[in-house]
Parts: sequence; C-alpha cells; structure tokens
Amino acid sequence: MSWILIAEQSLNGLQFGLMLFLLAAGLTLVFGIMDMINLAHGSLYMLGAFLASTFVQLTGSFTAGVLLAIPATALLGMALEVSVLRTLYARDHMAQVLATFALILIINELTRLVWGSDAALPMPGALSGPVELMPGLPYSAYRLVIIAVGLAVAVLLYFLVTKTRVGMLVRAGASNREMALAMGVNIRLLFTLVFGAGAALCAVAGAMLAPLLAVQVGMGENILILAFVVIVIGGIGSIRGALVGALLVGIVDTIGRAFLPILFGVFFQPRAASAAGPAIASVSIYLLMAVVLYFKPQGLFPARG
Amino acid sequence: MKKNIFLSLIFVLFPLAMLWADQLFYVSFASRVMIYAIAATSLNLVLGYGGMISFGHAAFVGTGAYVGSILIAEGVTSAFIGWPAAIAVSALAAWIIGAISLRTRGVYFIMITLAFAQMMFYLVNSMKAYGGDEGLSLRQRPSLGFELGNEVAFYYVVLFLLLLSIFLLYRLMRSRFGRVVIAIRENEARAEAIGFPVFRYKLACFVIAGAAAGLAGALLASHGKYVNPNVLHWAQSGTLMIMVILGGIGNLWGGVLGAAVLLGLEHVISDYPIGWLAQLAPNYQQHANLGVGMVMLAIVLFAPQGIAGLLERRKHAPA
Amino acid sequence: MKIKLLAAALLVLTANAQGADKVKIGFISTLSGPSAAIGVDIRDAFLLAVKTNGGKLGGLPAEVLVGDDQFKPDVGRQIAEKNVKVDKVNFLTGIVFSNIMLASVPIAFENKLIYVSPNAAPSPMAGKECSPYLFVASWPNDAYHEAAGQHATNRGYKSAYLIAPNYQAGKDSLTGFKRYYKGNVVAEVYTQLGQLDYAAELAQVRAAKPDALYIFLPGGMGINFIKQFVASGLSKDVPLIVPGFGDDQDIIRPVGEATLGLFDTAHWALDFDNAANKKFVAAFEKEYRRLPTVFAAQGWDTAMLIDAAVRDSKGKIEDVEAVRKAMRAAKFESVRGPFKFNRNQMPIQNYYLRVVAKDSQGRLVNKTIGTVFKDHGDAYVQDCKMK
Repeated sequence: MSWILIAEQSLNGLQFGLMLFLLAAGLTLVFGIMDMINLAHGSLYMLGAFLASTFVQLTGSFTAGVLLAIPATALLGMALEVSVLRTLYARDHMAQVLATFALILIINELTRLVWGSDAALPMPGALSGPVELMPGLPYSAYRLVIIAVGLAVAVLLYFLVTKTRVGMLVRAGASNREMALAMGVNIRLLFTLVFGAGAALCAVAGAMLAPLLAVQVGMGENILILAFVVIVIGGIGSIRGALVGALLVGIVDTIGRAFLPILFGVFFQPRAASAAGPAIASVSIYLLMAVVLYFKPQGLFPARG
Repeated sequence: MKKNIFLSLIFVLFPLAMLWADQLFYVSFASRVMIYAIAATSLNLVLGYGGMISFGHAAFVGTGAYVGSILIAEGVTSAFIGWPAAIAVSALAAWIIGAISLRTRGVYFIMITLAFAQMMFYLVNSMKAYGGDEGLSLRQRPSLGFELGNEVAFYYVVLFLLLLSIFLLYRLMRSRFGRVVIAIRENEARAEAIGFPVFRYKLACFVIAGAAAGLAGALLASHGKYVNPNVLHWAQSGTLMIMVILGGIGNLWGGVLGAAVLLGLEHVISDYPIGWLAQLAPNYQQHANLGVGMVMLAIVLFAPQGIAGLLERRKHAPA
Repeated sequence: MKIKLLAAALLVLTANAQGADKVKIGFISTLSGPSAAIGVDIRDAFLLAVKTNGGKLGGLPAEVLVGDDQFKPDVGRQIAEKNVKVDKVNFLTGIVFSNIMLASVPIAFENKLIYVSPNAAPSPMAGKECSPYLFVASWPNDAYHEAAGQHATNRGYKSAYLIAPNYQAGKDSLTGFKRYYKGNVVAEVYTQLGQLDYAAELAQVRAAKPDALYIFLPGGMGINFIKQFVASGLSKDVPLIVPGFGDDQDIIRPVGEATLGLFDTAHWALDFDNAANKKFVAAFEKEYRRLPTVFAAQGWDTAMLIDAAVRDSKGKIEDVEAVRKAMRAAKFESVRGPFKFNRNQMPIQNYYLRVVAKDSQGRLVNKTIGTVFKDHGDAYVQDCKMK
C-alpha cells in the first residue's frame, strides 16, 4: 500500500466524480427548476457518445468530433423538450417517470436502428499513453484531460450560475418556481434553454468518456442510476450539491473497490473476504446514499428552502 | 351479466378444450400470463392505488421465487409449505425495505427502492450455493396433494389464486383501509393533517403488495422449474410497470389486462411474421421494444387510464 | 383393382417407413438487447450453412424456426416448450447463455429430443447432469480458461493477476485458469457485474507488478477494460491474456487498435488452413460483409453436425437412438479441424494460442501462433455416468 497507489486512486476518484458531475448537473437543474424527473437523461448521454463517434469518423479529428457532438445533442434535447417533454411539466411525477421510461425504450431502439448495437470511438493517438506525473506515478494522459475538462466545465457553470443574469433566473426558478413565474420570467424559453444546457453537458460527458468506455446501446441506464444517486446525495436543484455529491460518490466508489477487499482480507478469512469484499464494494455508494439520507433527508445542499 | 358469465366460462373451459385438442402448450402459456397478472396486480396496488413509484418491486417477486425454489431443492415439495413460506418471507422483506424507504418521498423513494433491489440482485448473483448466475433448476413442481406437473391442474390452481387476488384487492380497496390509501395518494399532506398515520398505511400497503408479489414469484419458479437472479433485476420491475400502465393504472383489472396484452402481443409478433413489415425491416421482431415504448408513451400522454380506461369509455359512450 | 389398391397402400406405407419428409429445427437465441451480437452471429452462420447445403440437412429439406429469448430464461423456456410441444421439432439448438440453456433444455430432454449446443456448455452438464440428449458443438465452459492457464505456465509467467466479475461464471473461469496455471496467483479480484470504470483495479494491478494479467470480462465490461488498460499505459508493462471470445471480432469492432497484441486462447481462428474453414469464412464474408467470430464458426459446425447425423441415420430422424449414434460418431468436416466427442458428449479437441494482429488487408484479426492443448477434454467427465 504505497502512497503512489493512494495518489493514483485519488486521481481516479476525482476523474470519475467529475464526469458524474457533468451528468448530475443537468439532471438536478431539470429536476430542480422544472420539477421533472427525466429518466431519459441517460439516453442523451448515449446519443452524445454515438454522435461524437460519427462526427469523429466524418471529420477525422477527435476534437472536432467532440465539439460538433455537443450542439448536436443539445439540439436533439431541445427538440425532445419542445415536442414531448413540455407536456409533462404539468403532470405528476408518476406520469413523468413512466413517460421518460418509455422514451428510453424508444431512443434505445432508434439508436440501434441507426447505428447498430455499438460504435467505436478510439482514443486520440496523442493522448493514448501515460504521462509521468511524478517519478513512479504514470497516469493516463487522457484521464488527465478529462479531469481538466471536468474542472473547466465546473468553473464555467459556477460562473454562469452565480455571476450572470441567466444564472440568477435559473437559481430563482430552482428555489421558488411560482415566484419566478409571478415575477414575469419567460418560463418556457428558460426551460428549453436549461434542458438544452443539460443535454450539452451530457454530450460532453458522453463524448469524453466514449474512448474509455463501451459505446453501446443501453450505456445510459447504468450511469443514470449513479447520476440519480449523486443528486439525491447532493440535494435536488443544487449544482454545488451535484459537485459535492459527485466527488463523494466517485471517491467512495473508487476507494471501496480498491481498498475494501484488502481491508476485509485483514479482518476475515480469505474466502469470506473475497466474497464479501466485492459484494460490499459494489453497494458502497448505495450505503453512502442511505447514510446521507438518514441524517439529511433532503440531501446535503437542497436548493429549496 | 350474461357477457360476464360467457367470459368466465371461456376461462374455465379453455384448458379442457386445449387438452382435447392436444395443445397443452397454450395451457402452459396461459398459466404464465396469469402468474404475471398476479405480479402486475401486486405492483398496481402499490403504484396505482398507493401512488408509490417503486422500481424495486422485482425484488419481492424474486424473493418469493427463490424461497419457493430453495425449499423444493432442499426436499420440501409440498406447496402448502412452500408458497406460504414465499409469501411470508417476501412480506418480511417488504416490511424491512418499506420501513426504511417510506421515510423518504418522491425521487428519494424511487432511488432507495431501486438501490435495495440492486443490492439484492448483486447479493443473489454471488450466492454460489444456490446456483448464482446460472440459477437453480428444480426437478419437479411442488405438489398440493395432487401433482402440479399436470398442466391443466396447474392452470386451475393459478386461475383460482389470480381470482382470489383480484377479489381480495377489490375488497381491500372498498374497505376503510383502501379509501385511506387512496386519500393519501391524492393528497398526502391533507391526509396527515386529518390525523391518519400515513406512514403506517403506506407501509401496510407496501407489505401486502410485497406478499402478493412473493406468491407470484413462487408460482413463476414452480411453473418453469427454474429461477435465476435475472428475476430480481430492475428491468423486470420495468416490465411489470409497462404491464400496469398498459392495462390501466389504478384499475382493478389493470394488471391482468396488461399482462395478457403484453405477453400475448410478444407471442403473436414472434410467431406470426408480418410480410410487408419484414420487407421494410428484416429483423423488425428484434426491435419490438420500439413499439412497446411508443404505445406506452402514447398511453401516458393520451390515455392515462390504459386499456381498461379505453374499454370503460366505450362502455359508457353515448349510443 | 384390388391389387392396384393394395400396391398403392403398400407404396404409401413404405414411403412413410423411409422416414420423415423434412427436418425441423427449433433455433432459440438471444437476438435482441445488448448481448445480441453473439446470438445474431450464431444464427447467421447456421442459416448460411443450411443455405449452402441447398436448404437441406442430411439430404432432407430443413425448416428452421428462429426464436428470440430476449436474454430472459423464462422466455427461452417458453419458446422451447412451444417448439417441442406445438411445432414438434426434431432438433433444438441455438442458445447462447448458460442460464437460459439451463432453463430451456430440460423440456427437450424430458421429451427425448436432442439439443445441440452451439455455445453454452455449463460444467454440471459435463459431469453429474450429463444427458444422452445433449451434444455440445462448441467447447466445455472451462476450456478456454484452462488453455490460458496452461499458456501462462508454458510461458513461464511466475506471477499472475486475475480479474473476473462477481458471479458464478466469473468464479468458474478463474478456477479453470488456476487448474492449469502452476505459477503464483498474486491476486484474484472480483468486480461488479456491469461495472464501467476499472481505473481503481488497474491501479492495483500496476502496484502489484505481475508477470501476466488474465481477465474474464464478457461483453461491454471487456470493451471498457481493454480500452482503459491500454490508455493507462499498463499494456507496455504487463501482458494481457483473455479467453478467445474476449477479443473476437465483436470486441475488436468497438475497441479498435487497442486490441493489437492481445493474447488469447481458443479452439478456432479465422486463418485455419482446412478446406471446410476456408469455405466457411469466404461464404460468411460474402453473404454478410463482415468477418465471422468464433461463435459463428460454432453455429456453422452445429449445422454441419446435424447434417451429418441426419445423413448417417439415413433420414430416419424419428428414431432418436439412431440419430444419437450417428451424431456421436460426428463424421463431418469441422471448421476447427479434428473433432470428436467425449463420452459425456462434450468435444475433445485442440486449443490454440492466438494474438490480435493485422491481416494482409490491414484488418484486425486473431492470428494463430501456437498450440496449447491437443485432444483436450474437460475436468468433469469422470462425474458423468454415461458410457
């Protein structure tokens, strides 16, 4: 157990957490402002990855492909909002859950019809190797880029939300929608823009993660569950909560997978440890969520007062 | 009234007709549909009547399936022991999970029930003693004094249990308990203000649904003589949800209609290829989920009462 | 007049006595959902084999009823029940996954119907639960892992790091590897089913500095792992070995160049130099415009095995015992070369070492570079009571 290992695992937790933040930020805003549970959020992430794969193939450049995928996914997201999702704002949560669940099925099959079951997005050659951060600590260059992009987006979002007028409207809408409406905010436009922004964030996450993860139909559902865990922990409607929650989940999951089996091995028999360790590690984030909810049933930083 | 008697006769005489025509497969298929109808009805209790969006319902179906199977595997072949045991253990699981989850609301509730279901799924997957991922195969179906390996006998048993479940649901929803549960669904704050112990009512509803789901699980395992962790996966909860929406959420026959339509369509689509559609998209049968999704979306947006709702509208439509 | 009638009657009777007029196959596989690629490959190859035979198997016109189990055991079981009871098929085949197979094939055995497996071959069915009606045309479930373990031993890797998902098949795979690996197992790590990110595990591997890394991570899990393994730079320090299906065409397509240099063990490769294989690969590429995987090869062989069984029982497919004997003899040209059945009706065959490299057209393929096992059976046959 060297400090190099600890350093590497910390970076891993940070990277994983930042990507989760991108997904969770959009999700929590939509939920916080429009009071809508959108299960199809993961599908936007998937579309971002598939679109990036196509654009990279068309342009031959990784950067161009990713940059093109972002507005493309945002447009698709906004189209979805204007056509189908808008009618759900007035409905109760149950209807939203069921309708967006149906959307997952539809988008999955349409993706399969257009692209097939999976797509390839290779890592850009320049970044495909490790970088020696410190003597003895090589770390994947690409993962470092992900950390950088994640931090940049987080800073950008912070700036947007706290320092601009639009951000102020967003925060007002999140904390008290009726009041914001009463104050004359153009809610429809705001909602569409927020949804588009959420979709854009999904695309960044999807496109950035695509070289590392399998770009497959159904990839959205797995990560959607994690994103929901994050916003539940962080508090609905709060971007700060999404960031803290995402980092917590990233770190707990990484540490759980890396060190729990070892910890168990110290205290228990090897056979029991090798069975219990992974089992507990896989549910460690759910346990984290349960613990947080026990002490703070609304999450760590709920937007609503 | 005459129409109802006619319909009932069809269901009762169906297996005998199939037996005579040597088409026992369809009796087995009908039994499977009815078992899913029981599971979907149990979800309808919690989702439709109770208003609780539980994505973890498959955990209770799975618990019942495993309890039933483990008992048979260990030599306890009497269904008089096996099935009540499945119901009891599922009810207990629902009580524990409900007691913790119902302290939360809305999306928090959804996430916690999902988390519990996932935890059970991973736990059962790593259990080598009962087959783990490869599942548990049973040598025989349990017996109720008479052999349930006989498809016709099994059909009547399942039919009886389904009708019993529907009847119990009917009485439950008409009772004071049922009316309070519906009141809580409509407006929880008001119910609480009136003085009802909301948490206890919701928990009771959750446990009853879990118990019924356990029965469905035990029946499913008995029918196929096989159980595996797939039955606990949250995607199965999704399938049950689709059935409830399709059939009619909050409607007495919603679960039955939904199961019959979804499973029936699945069978028809795979067995009777549509010529022109096959020309258009050669493997259209593999993309059946597209149709399911579109129908489900249409129902949520335009016909929230599902098929049952459409049927009732036609019944009451002006002549 | 009477004699003419009698003659006609005799003719009809003898015509029936010559056997059925066609052979019906119930083909159940996973054709939808994320794991569909394998089932689709097996189906495509099977149907192509029938087509190449002029729509016949063993001289009789073949009718193949294709069903989709949607990766659900109870759906698979229902389709099997229908095939057996309603469609009255003569053979059942096609299932990809062990759990669906375990749910679906008992009904065939109960009705004395032969099931030919083009893929799944769970260990209990090689041993205690062996059945005279089961014929496996692929390989026993542990075989690839055993071959990998043997290869690691042959190469002199003193320490090995093992990773598999935390479920039964995962545990069995590493048990198989350890059965033939004589070095030191540094770690045996079980990851979560469906896990996406392996950074934590890769960091542990780097810290442990093993001589070799063996993983069993089917489907999307493997795709994720291999991409991340290469990205982390570990591929330069630690050789990665996977079972043959872990880097076949269905994995190479989404992963791409990161698979170059991966070692794996399998019973078949694209470049096998026998007539049957050359014909198969050429036909598959021409018909479907993609390269076949090891699953497709198994699907083709399954069809050819049924073809041989029907032919050698002279078309009398109602006589199940005769068909069984004919199938047991397995007199067909397999794309994998020499093929024979063990007494538990699992194959005894050779296993080879392959590596991912570019072929003459610059495509990524598995090239055969050595033989690991010759005439290798399985470890469970002693528990099987069949002769």
